[in-house]
Amino acid sequence: MSSTQFFAFVGVALVCIAMHSLIARAHLLRKILAINIMSSGVFLFLVALAWREQTDLPPDPICHAMVLTGIVVAVSATAFALGLLIKFNTLTGATQLNDAQQ
Amino acid sequence: MTLNACLPVVTVASSFILGLIIFALPEHRHRLRTTLNLIGAGLKLGLVFWMLNGVTQGQEYHARYSLIGELALVFRVDLLALYFATLSTLLWLLTTIYAVGYLENGPNRSRFFGFFSLCTSATVGVALAGNVFTFIIFFELLTLSTYPLIAHRGTEEARRAAKIYLRYSLAGGACLLFGSVWLYTLTGSLAFKPQGFVSTLPPSDHVALTIIFVLMITGVGVKAALFPLHGWLPKAMVAPAPVSSLLHAVAVVKAGAFGVIRIVYEVYGIEFADALSVTTPLAYLAAFTIIYGSVRALFQNDLKKRLAYSTISQISYIILGVALVGPIATIGGLVHLIHQGLMKITLFFCAGNFAETLGIHDIDELDGVGKRMPWTATAFTVAALALIGIPPLAGFLSKWYLSLGALELGQPWVLGILIASSLLNAGYFLPIIHRMWFKSRTGEWQQHRIWGRHETGLLLLGPTVAAATSVVLVGVFASSSYSPFAWAIEIVAQEFMKR
Amino acid sequence: MSITELDATDLAPLLVLAPILGAAVALIFRRMATTVSLLTTALSALLVVALSCVISQNGAANIVAGGWPKAFAISLYVDGLTLLMLAITGIVGFFVALYAKDYFSKTPNETFWSVYLLLLAAINALALSRDIFNIYVTLECLGLASVALVVSEQNEKTLSSALRYLMAALVGSMLYLFGVAFLYHNYGTLNIDLLSNAITHGPVTYTAMALMVSGLMIKAAIFPLHFWLPAAHSSAPAPVSAILSALVVKASAYLIIRLWLDLFSPLSVPMFAELLSLIGMVAIIWGSIQALLQTRLKLLIAYSTVAQLGYLMQGFVLASETAWQGVIYIALSHALAKSAMFLAAGNIRHYSGDDRIGNLNEVIRKLPITMTAFAIASMSIMGLPPSSGFIGKWLLLEAALTEGRIFQAVVMAIGGILASAYIFKVIGHAFTPGETAQSQQRVTPIMSWTTMALALLSILAGFSANELLALFSVAMNFPGAA
Repeated sequence: MSSTQFFAFVGVALVCIAMHSLIARAHLLRKILAINIMSSGVFLFLVALAWREQTDLPPDPICHAMVLTGIVVAVSATAFALGLLIKFNTLTGATQLNDAQQ
Repeated sequence: MTLNACLPVVTVASSFILGLIIFALPEHRHRLRTTLNLIGAGLKLGLVFWMLNGVTQGQEYHARYSLIGELALVFRVDLLALYFATLSTLLWLLTTIYAVGYLENGPNRSRFFGFFSLCTSATVGVALAGNVFTFIIFFELLTLSTYPLIAHRGTEEARRAAKIYLRYSLAGGACLLFGSVWLYTLTGSLAFKPQGFVSTLPPSDHVALTIIFVLMITGVGVKAALFPLHGWLPKAMVAPAPVSSLLHAVAVVKAGAFGVIRIVYEVYGIEFADALSVTTPLAYLAAFTIIYGSVRALFQNDLKKRLAYSTISQISYIILGVALVGPIATIGGLVHLIHQGLMKITLFFCAGNFAETLGIHDIDELDGVGKRMPWTATAFTVAALALIGIPPLAGFLSKWYLSLGALELGQPWVLGILIASSLLNAGYFLPIIHRMWFKSRTGEWQQHRIWGRHETGLLLLGPTVAAATSVVLVGVFASSSYSPFAWAIEIVAQEFMKR
Repeated sequence: MSITELDATDLAPLLVLAPILGAAVALIFRRMATTVSLLTTALSALLVVALSCVISQNGAANIVAGGWPKAFAISLYVDGLTLLMLAITGIVGFFVALYAKDYFSKTPNETFWSVYLLLLAAINALALSRDIFNIYVTLECLGLASVALVVSEQNEKTLSSALRYLMAALVGSMLYLFGVAFLYHNYGTLNIDLLSNAITHGPVTYTAMALMVSGLMIKAAIFPLHFWLPAAHSSAPAPVSAILSALVVKASAYLIIRLWLDLFSPLSVPMFAELLSLIGMVAIIWGSIQALLQTRLKLLIAYSTVAQLGYLMQGFVLASETAWQGVIYIALSHALAKSAMFLAAGNIRHYSGDDRIGNLNEVIRKLPITMTAFAIASMSIMGLPPSSGFIGKWLLLEAALTEGRIFQAVVMAIGGILASAYIFKVIGHAFTPGETAQSQQRVTPIMSWTTMALALLSILAGFSANELLALFSVAMNFPGAA
């Protein structure tokens, strides 16, 4: 297994783990963390695939650009989610969503 | 757009726009509203007569607005269309006058007359529709505009009745839509055409065509109150009297019956429908509905309910006449379209007069009404005798031609049905007549409204007497060349003679 | 400069730039925020009209920004489907902005207008973008802006539904990005045109397709991934609900259709199309039944959206021109009618402070225009003639029956009946006399008449089907049956 494939698989594994805890964990902070891990997995996957094997070419800069953009988006989304969570917590005192309520 | 293309559009649109204006009027402007209503009804009648005159002189009225390719709004004026349009506009004028009198001082009159106008528009649209697509549009509009009329009183019962009506109608509408779309995928055309337009399809499509026929007849059969799709009609009797008379005599059930005629004659073509052997089951179903409606009517004590079941039975005369596949029977059915309208509207006007003046809703309260309200009671008697089929009144002619047609086609069982139905008609009408004239009232009336020196309001009495007079006239002068009878012969000649 | 001299190159980028600039101005000069926003939305609507004129004359337009090679450049593309998305955004965006001006007049919200304009910019950019990574960025912008609008009134309900919505949106876009990574790795480009030339069968393509489509399905609230929609759409303030239901979910549905038509349909994967259609059918029935069971008006309307989205999924398997025209029409009519219904519900809630269906008869009489608008708009939702919804449904039924897919046609017909059932559950109250409710807040004429305008447009759109379909089919190549 080449290192590219290894990192790509790690990326996929991270996404799967994150998906599991996103569904299984009720605590909102854990859910937000899970989404972060999921995006990290996707970014790792992208970065790993940027490496061009069997050529002398440098790694693909477009992938890096995409990851950079993605990180910016993910950070702002996380900040927004945390902000909402804090408001939600101060208003209700709860840290989980009530599934029965619609 | 030429004048000839404009006319049908204006005829349909006039009362639609009128309806919108009436919605916008403040509640207390009843004088203006009444004037507008009468002008609208009169204008419409004038337009219909204009086109009638034109069509007999060979003019063509045809308007088309394409929505998507072949799917177009088409108005095409032929004799059959005008036959139904004349009936609706004439009776509309009467009903409008009656409704003005009936709803005097009632609440929500703007809403009522607004929807009333939309309903006229939809009915005339159904009449003048030149293809199945346009027919569906106005058929559904009719459903939507009659719903508020049934729910008008706003009681829990009225709302439930309106809901049931809606359930039946919209489910029927869905069937009609489904059948029509299917038909369109097979033929690529939906324009009504004498002798139909589906007979050229290959035999491999005949199974599909049979299913489509069932779907479409189910769709229009709901409105025509064909058994077992009739459940909404007796319930809808909670509506005010003008609405009931309109639903029963003109708009809804007739639109259904008219739809059956259009589908059998101008979509399938009577010969092809016969070859597909779909008409015989339809005839059996109509025959069953005739007997079923009459039997149920016997057991109703509420006057309007009895009339409602009577309608269920009577509308199927029209369908029976069409489904028997013979020119003479068809004349009987077509003539009944107008005759039944006149008779039934008289009866409902009378029922409304009794209820408004004396508070009478049940049949066993009718004792001695003849002395108190002689004009109304006479009108009721005339219409009831006509429905039983006493010559020379209106109903006799339809039954006579249905019987002749059935004998011509070698279907004597129809005669049995007609005789049984006439006996049942007599069974549920004669006791009423007996009560009105020969029993005398003991005790006070439920309520007693005095309207000057007349037995009831002039606006109520006028249309009633006019309708009753027409019941006599169309029967007595049937041989005149302007009678509905002569007209029906002309229409049937077009369908059967152009072979 | 007359219309004929204008070029799509001038107009299309403005559709993204104008709202962003407007948002910036609205954020800095808060006193002028309302005026600026109204002007911007009006300008956007006019730009869409101008763009439609240009496109219908000159055909589809490809715009490459900054002179980069096509594989990397930000490229915009306008064809019929793009115009559809831009048009509903322009129209609904303008009327809802007018409505929001009065709706929020008592409770001013400092950032509402800039977020609103950003959301419109994101939708326009999403519709125009020809690059699957840029689409990801616009998706994220759209998601964040939508969530921010949901919490423009902050209480327990909006916050919890916003959190749920945010999670769903983020997961959706992550899945989408994951799919983008696969496609880029395999084909070395992000441009849809170049991808569609290069794309071939293979496990990588299928994985990418599954990831991208399922990510978008979460965002488009396609059954069974709609779990977040009813709460978010019903708890948000009325103008926001209208925008979310009419535009935001539609933007994701638009992307699914766009990717399908341009990228995946040449691969001919009937299994996948069958699955989407089946999911859509379940959505139609299930969403309608849920709507029927609701006791609150806004939830009823929200579940109706779930059902209506099911119709949009019926094009994939029918795959004929008629079917796609039907989908286009359903999308158009739903955008107009559903926004009108949400605004009507907003008026009712504004007036009485309550939207329980059982209490409606007390309010309805006091709001005749609102109620009429609701009734007119619901004709389109029920698919009754003469409305744009009827045209869409007719076309879909026709396509299904031509293909001999009777079951699918029956489900769509039943969906119509169920829709009338839940609509008349509401309208029935118009005829019951009740106690007159105390007015909480005044419903201004603008609020009533914007609702009415959208409702009337949903009917009128049915009368110009020839022209609209010609416009929305510019350069669309609807594939034959899969």
